[in-house]
Amino acid sequence: MIERISPGRDYALIAVFSAAVLTMPVWLAPIGAAYPDLMQKFAIFGIFAVGFNILFGLTGYLSFGHAAFLGVGSYTAVWTFKLLGMNAIPAILMSIVFSGVFALAIGYISLRRTGIYFSILTLAFAQMAYNLAYSVLTPITNGETGLRVLRSDPRLLDHLFGVNQGDGVLLARVFGFELHGYAGFYFCAVMLIIAFYVAIRITHSPFGMMLKAVKSNQNRMNYTGLSSRPYTLAAFIISGMYAGLAGGLLAVTDPLAGAERMQWTASGEVVLMTILGGAGTLIGPVLGAAIIKYFENIFSAFNDATLHNFFSFLPEGLQDVAASISGLFVGEGWQLTLGVLFMLIVIFLPGGIMEGIRRIGTLFRRGPGSGAEQRGARKGDAGAVPAPAE
Amino acid sequence: MSILQVTDVNKRFGGLQALDNVNLEVEEGAVHAIIGPNGAGKSTLLNCFVGRLVPDTGAVTFNGRSLLGIKPHEINQAGVSRVFQTPEIFEELSLIENIMIPAFAHRDGAFRLNAWNIVTGEKEIREKSEHILEDVDLIEKKDMLAGSLSRGDKRRLELAMCLVQDPKLLLLDEPTAGMSRADTNNTIDLLKRIGERKITKIVIEHDMHVVFSLAHKISVLAQGTVIAEGLPAEIKGNPKVQEAYLGGAHL
Repeated sequence: MIERISPGRDYALIAVFSAAVLTMPVWLAPIGAAYPDLMQKFAIFGIFAVGFNILFGLTGYLSFGHAAFLGVGSYTAVWTFKLLGMNAIPAILMSIVFSGVFALAIGYISLRRTGIYFSILTLAFAQMAYNLAYSVLTPITNGETGLRVLRSDPRLLDHLFGVNQGDGVLLARVFGFELHGYAGFYFCAVMLIIAFYVAIRITHSPFGMMLKAVKSNQNRMNYTGLSSRPYTLAAFIISGMYAGLAGGLLAVTDPLAGAERMQWTASGEVVLMTILGGAGTLIGPVLGAAIIKYFENIFSAFNDATLHNFFSFLPEGLQDVAASISGLFVGEGWQLTLGVLFMLIVIFLPGGIMEGIRRIGTLFRRGPGSGAEQRGARKGDAGAVPAPAE
Repeated sequence: MSILQVTDVNKRFGGLQALDNVNLEVEEGAVHAIIGPNGAGKSTLLNCFVGRLVPDTGAVTFNGRSLLGIKPHEINQAGVSRVFQTPEIFEELSLIENIMIPAFAHRDGAFRLNAWNIVTGEKEIREKSEHILEDVDLIEKKDMLAGSLSRGDKRRLELAMCLVQDPKLLLLDEPTAGMSRADTNNTIDLLKRIGERKITKIVIEHDMHVVFSLAHKISVLAQGTVIAEGLPAEIKGNPKVQEAYLGGAHL
C-alpha cells in the first residue's frame, strides 16, 4: 500500500518535526551532541540533504556535483556581507538566487544525459568550479586563504543604518542578534523547518507526482503528453537552491568561505546522507545528515584515553586489545565506522534507515510474518537507481 | 471525414524496406484494424504516428496537421494516445496516481510548475480518474502499486490512462496479446463500450477473433505494403490476403 496524503497529515508531520528540531538542545544532551556548533551543522546539512532528495529521491537523477551549489551559496553570502553588511537575511536570499542561476546553467547542460553520464557531467562541473575557485577566480574567491569579511569592506547597509559592530570578529546578525552560539543554531533550525515544509508541499503536489513519474517511466511520460525535461530541470534548480541556502547558512554561522566546500568528497557526502536516511522519504535525508555529522564530530573526537576508560571493566591485557581494535574505528578512523554502517544499510536496508523504521512499525502493527509482503510491495522504492534513459 | 492520412510513407532500416509506399486513411470515429504477418511493418507504422520514428519520405497528417518531426508529447497533446504492446505504466506508483498523471497532462499541458497545491486537493481530477478506474473495473485496487498488477490488469490500466485524456485517436498495439480467452473477451467488451465515446481507434492485432469483433475497416500489411483494404467481410474472402497472411489456409 502506498503512503496516504492529506493536508492534516502534513500539518501533523511539520508540527512534530518542528518540535523535535527546536528541542534538540534537550534531547541530544545525553548523547553529547547538544552543543550549538554541531546542532547547527545538523540543521544546515539537513537542508542540503532535503534539497538533494528532491532531485535524487523523486526523479532518480543522481547528481555528484551538488557541493558546487553549496560553495556558490557560501561565496555569495560572504560577498553580500562584504558589500551590503552583516545582516543574514539578504545574504541567504542572495545565496539562494545565485545558486539557482548556477543550477539552471549546469542543469540545462547536464540533463541532456541520464544515468551515469548525467552523474559524470555534474561531477565534472563541480570539480571545474572547485579548481576555478583555487586558480583563475582567485580575485572573487580569494583562493586558498578563503574569502572573509574585512573591516575595510563597504558594507553599505551597515554604514547607512549606523550599525556598530564592536571591535571583535565580524558576525552575521538578524534583528540585532549576533548569530553565534545558540542564536546561530536557532536561526538554522528555523530555516530547516521552513525548508522541510516546502519539501513536503513539493513532494505532495502534482509537480512532485510528475517528478516521481520521471523516475518511474520517462517513456510513458512522454507518450502521455508530458515533457520530462522541464520537470527534471525544475527539480535540479530547486535542489540547487536548497544547497545554496545551506551554503549561505554555513557562511552566516561562520563568515568565511573556502573552496574545499566544493570538493567532490562534499558532493559524495550528501549522496551518502540521502541514501543512509532513505532516498525518496521526507525525514530520511535529515536523519542521514545528522548521523553522518554526528559520527564526524563525536567519533572522531574519541582517543586512546577515552577508549581505555570505556573498556576499564576488562582485565588489563584484554583492555589494551579491545582499545586498539576499536581504536581503528574512532578518532582518525571514524570514516571506517561510517563505511561499515553504510555498507550494512545498503545491503540489508536498501531503503535506508526509514525502511528499517517502517519494517519495525509493520512488525508491531500486524505481528510477525507480514514483513516479507511489505518488502515486495515497496521494492521499487529502494530507488538508488537513476531513471533509465530512453 | 478522415482524421488520419498516411501518404506514400517509406521507412528503411539498413537493407530492410520496413515500409514501402504505405497509404492509409482512417475515418473519424471508426475502428480501423491493421493486420499482417510478423515483420509486416505494423509496429513501425504505428511508431511513425506517435513520433517515435520519422519516415524517410512521405507524409502523416492528423486532423490536418503534419505529425512529422513533432515530439511524442506534442503529438499526445494534439489528441493521440497510445497503448503499447508491453504495458508502459508507472509501476512504482499507485493506480490512482497512474491515472491522475495523464489527467493532469490533459488539463495542464506538457509542463506546469504546480508545486504548492496538494494532490488530494485536486478534486475534479481525482473524481475523473476514479470514474475511469470504475469503467475498467480496477477501482477496488486504486491504492495498490501498479507494478503488482497482473498483466491483463496492467493493460487495462494503460488503456484507462489513455482514456482519461479523452483522446481523439487511440492507438492500440496488440491490446490482447498474451491474454486468456476470458480476458480477451473482457477487453473486446471494454473496447466496444468505449467505442460509444466516438474515439477513433487504430488496432494492430494478430487475433482474428478480436479483429472481426471490433473493426469497421481492415488494412492488411505485408512486407511493408498495404496489400488489401476493405470491410471485414471483404477481407475475409480475399484470396490475396489468405495467401500472404495465412499461407493459403482458410480463415
